[in-house]
Amino acid sequence: MADADQLSEPAPAPAASVEIKAVPVRRPGRLIAGVLIIVVAAALVKSVATNPRFGWGTVGHYLFAPTVMEGLVKTIELTILSMIIGIAIGVLLAVMRLSPNPIVVAASGFYIWLFRGTPVLVQLLFWAFIAALYPVISLGVPFGPAVVNLDANTLITPFVAVLLGLGLNEGAYMSEIVRAGLLSVDEGQEEAAKALGMRRMMTMRRVILPQAMRVIIPPTGNETIGMLKTTSLVSVLAYTELLYAVQLIYATNYKQIPLLIVASIWYLVLTTILSIGQYFIERHYGRGTARSAPPTLLARIWQSFSTWRHTRVEVPEISRHGQ
Amino acid sequence: MSESMIKAEGVHKRFGRNEVLKGITLDVAAGEVMCLLGPSGSGKSTFLRCINHLEKINAGRIWVDGSLVGYRQKGDVLHEIPEREVAREREQIGMVFQRFNLFGHMTAVQNIIEAPIKVRGTKPDAARAEAKVLMDRVGLGDRLDAYPAQLSGGQQQRVAIARALAMKPKLMLFDEPTSALDPELVGEVLDVMRGLAADGMTMVVVTHETGFAREVADTVVFMDDGVVVESGDPVAVFENPQHARTQAFLSKVL
Repeated sequence: MADADQLSEPAPAPAASVEIKAVPVRRPGRLIAGVLIIVVAAALVKSVATNPRFGWGTVGHYLFAPTVMEGLVKTIELTILSMIIGIAIGVLLAVMRLSPNPIVVAASGFYIWLFRGTPVLVQLLFWAFIAALYPVISLGVPFGPAVVNLDANTLITPFVAVLLGLGLNEGAYMSEIVRAGLLSVDEGQEEAAKALGMRRMMTMRRVILPQAMRVIIPPTGNETIGMLKTTSLVSVLAYTELLYAVQLIYATNYKQIPLLIVASIWYLVLTTILSIGQYFIERHYGRGTARSAPPTLLARIWQSFSTWRHTRVEVPEISRHGQ
Repeated sequence: MSESMIKAEGVHKRFGRNEVLKGITLDVAAGEVMCLLGPSGSGKSTFLRCINHLEKINAGRIWVDGSLVGYRQKGDVLHEIPEREVAREREQIGMVFQRFNLFGHMTAVQNIIEAPIKVRGTKPDAARAEAKVLMDRVGLGDRLDAYPAQLSGGQQQRVAIARALAMKPKLMLFDEPTSALDPELVGEVLDVMRGLAADGMTMVVVTHETGFAREVADTVVFMDDGVVVESGDPVAVFENPQHARTQAFLSKVL
């Protein structure tokens, strides 16, 4: 054999290259735990199916009721809009926090302190009663003449109040998430952009933020799911989202449990859809990195079921979507 | 070699109370290749970063192609120039980093066309055609759509050089361009740099590659503890170092 060949080839394989088929270690604990969980689960399913007070018939009857559907739409609407507001404010606050101007930094810090330091329910109530605080909202020169005078009650409708309450509060949390993302990007990236003649804002938009997304997306997914559920708080303001819609129904027919189950089913459906969406968004922003695609929960369960066969979850290839 | 491309006079730089540059004065002619040598911590990289104003200097002056870096002088008073103008000065100065610093979320081609399109306003088609030429020039014509993570260190550094060249700089700064590379990948990067030098590019190279410095440099500058200890023709400096510190350093690295 030529020298070059020897160099490029791995060391000669041992003579007996028979695949190892050993008897696996016994793990009685796993078996016991598995059986136990299945027994408990079966008992739960039986109770849920046979307890008439769950009122599954009622659940089925109201699952697609028009009032519930309207509430569902409002919940989706609130979640999306308040997250958009929250993310926009979060990015703004995070960029402000990294500004060279100390007053800008302080303003951002104050906002976060205020909105993170008070319960969102209290903030929601404040926005609902804003007209008591500022009956007239004026736009004009600060300390000078007003140009427009608006009645607070017509400007801040219940919808606007709820949106402000949820969105402004979310902005404080999002800003910390965005800031962590921005800090996770290597300083060399900014230097390289500067050296190419890119300015601060362009560097932020084109170089830093897109790479920070990989760190920002997973907790933002959590925040969105959290927001979906937090929207139920606005039921106390008599705003007809999903929870208040079912409350309206059970206020007349007294079937609280089945109707709360209706609401829960829809919340679960929505969070499931959001989790799936998050997976695809994460994959998109993971492009250019080796560990791009986190396996889904199902994939992970499947993987652990099949470890003895050495099956690995295939990591999809780095996606090549354009920018 | 005609007028000077870089002119530095009494450049001082402090980080807090730590004085890193203690009065650097030197001159780089257009088309000259200058290698900065010296032990780590001697201030070579810091000086390089002052040339494109990534670091603000505390005293002295630096001119690039006749214009003062980072400031405008009116009478005896220095005025800082706005970010827009600093950026415009940097466009003319290519820089290659030790850790490559390619944009990780962009392919090789996207890395190269980003600044020409966004900063210079080059048409995307023209920028892409130019990027193709540059990638061929650094020997990576077949890896246009690779992401940095899919390239070896040497390949990444060659893309980084192509990215800097895409701005058509009149000056290239290299900050230890081969220090982060496996030994067998150093050669491919040095080859590209040799080609640039042969094409007449003005280059300032901070390096530990004495072989490269001896072969390619027009001038070698030996720095230690924030000052220029010795400079001159590479043959003279390497064969017959005058200063004891230069002798001590060279005896360790050669």
